[in-house]
Amino acid sequence: MLCLGLEGTAHTLGVGVVSSEGKILSHVSRVYRPEKGGIHPREAARFHASQLKSAVKEALEKAGVGLRELDLFSFSAGPGLGPCLRTVATAARALSVLTGKPLVGVNHCVAHVEIGRLLTGAEDPVTLYVSGGNTQVIAFEEGRYRVFGETLDIPVGNCLDVFAREVGLPPPGGPAVEELARRGRRYLPLPYVVKGMDLSFSGPLTEALRRYRQGAALEDLCFSLQETVFAALVEVTERAVAHTEKGEVLLAGGVASNRRLREMLGEMCRARGASLLVPPREFCADNGAMIGWTGLLAYRHGVRQRVEEAVVRQRWRTDEVEVPWRTGRVKTKPSHP
Amino acid sequence: MLIKRGAEAELHLESFAEVLHPLGEGKVVVKHRVPKGYRVKELDLPLREGRTCLEARLLFDAKRAGVLTPPVYEVDRENMRLVMEHVEGRTLKEVLEGMGEGERRRIYRKIGRYLARLHRRGIVHGDLTTSNLLLSPRGELYLVDFGLGEYNPSLEARGVDLHLLRRALQSVHFRVAEEAYREICSAYLREFGREGREVLRRAEEVARRGRYVGREERGALLRNGK
Repeated sequence: MLCLGLEGTAHTLGVGVVSSEGKILSHVSRVYRPEKGGIHPREAARFHASQLKSAVKEALEKAGVGLRELDLFSFSAGPGLGPCLRTVATAARALSVLTGKPLVGVNHCVAHVEIGRLLTGAEDPVTLYVSGGNTQVIAFEEGRYRVFGETLDIPVGNCLDVFAREVGLPPPGGPAVEELARRGRRYLPLPYVVKGMDLSFSGPLTEALRRYRQGAALEDLCFSLQETVFAALVEVTERAVAHTEKGEVLLAGGVASNRRLREMLGEMCRARGASLLVPPREFCADNGAMIGWTGLLAYRHGVRQRVEEAVVRQRWRTDEVEVPWRTGRVKTKPSHP
Repeated sequence: MLIKRGAEAELHLESFAEVLHPLGEGKVVVKHRVPKGYRVKELDLPLREGRTCLEARLLFDAKRAGVLTPPVYEVDRENMRLVMEHVEGRTLKEVLEGMGEGERRRIYRKIGRYLARLHRRGIVHGDLTTSNLLLSPRGELYLVDFGLGEYNPSLEARGVDLHLLRRALQSVHFRVAEEAYREICSAYLREFGREGREVLRRAEEVARRGRYVGREERGALLRNGK
């Protein structure tokens, strides 16, 4: 069975073709880069719309399959930016109607976990999912993917991006901060906010910018910002590992490519006797393959959606998603309203 | 002897004589916040020190508020250790469901009273589970592990505290969870008075919204300190 997955929750338009054996036949990513400032949702959606046709075509060509050979379409139904979600959902519905093949909407956060499990062989990990749009610690418990900890304000990737932008570093901000941080020597104290299992990054961001305006060395600030926010992430992940007694930690999301974060997580895992698993970089970031694969999992375990039901859910929570491929149970009602 | 390894600390059972004074007898519990290799020292040290001191203060204040907690013998800010009395007894988690009905109700009421006393003093425990309630052979109920506790008089923090207790009951003691929560709440109300009603309402609301609140709403909650 072949599925074409469409990802479009934020600045990445991703198209992937995946087989039910878990083989990724192709995946194509087109990334919207704003001229200045952050993502403008409508501009990003316009970008996606303009790229969709050629990206789908390219993905099919790379996979060596024709449109009619596909058995299923899936799309990122949420959570994400409304205009982007709607654009991609519209494309998915059109493809489904055109070919007469079914489609399913997929939860973006769950898809990050599932592609990670597929590619790393992780069975039942605690997942640290960190990107510009999301920051969650996720683990499977009692039939659902539960959120053990999450940000109370901005996502960690957003914290790093905004800092980079405000101090004039070129986009993408995360890698620029990482690069400079390597040359940082002095740790400047920044607010470290862990509330139980939850995190907050607006405090360290504001303070780092304040110190910058006071003339602190940029290298030291990058270093301190990374050390502070990553330590908080690792601490909450460690709490989830201790609580659930799981032996694997999976890292996902765009920030997963940060080497310092990997190093810190690895250190924590070593001390606890857990193993750290990180998918290849291109599948940590948003991509179409993860949507295709999760769509296959859902469809093959009985999740069905009529075209008119295939709408987006901007605030779709991770723990609202039914995961019959892990519980073995399927509700008779469609799981997506 | 290592008895528990949590996320941030290790609990050791040691002899009083060895740890504190050669003339002492019996056992002490040493809670050691271990250094975290993944954190830079400049961050690791003040964090561990702050938390060690905070926990000692919370344990002490809880006792003053009328909640039985293990006495703290020593706060060691060099090694980030708390030395506490070793409470003989078993966790409520182990014994709750084997109890008679009358005894269970006595315990529920006590938990409700404890919680109200903490909250009235501006303390939230942050990790209310039956593993953190110890029953001594003499029938005394001890509340332990204030590692996630804080001074926070907000309605939200109190509601979450209560909600966490309910969740813990549901996941570990589903057979008695409903009766337990009902009794705990009514004792909580009796002890707390009118304000307690608001907390119960907030706890219901927290349960409804699940694990996740829309970002704007959360931001507003944080800003208002509610």
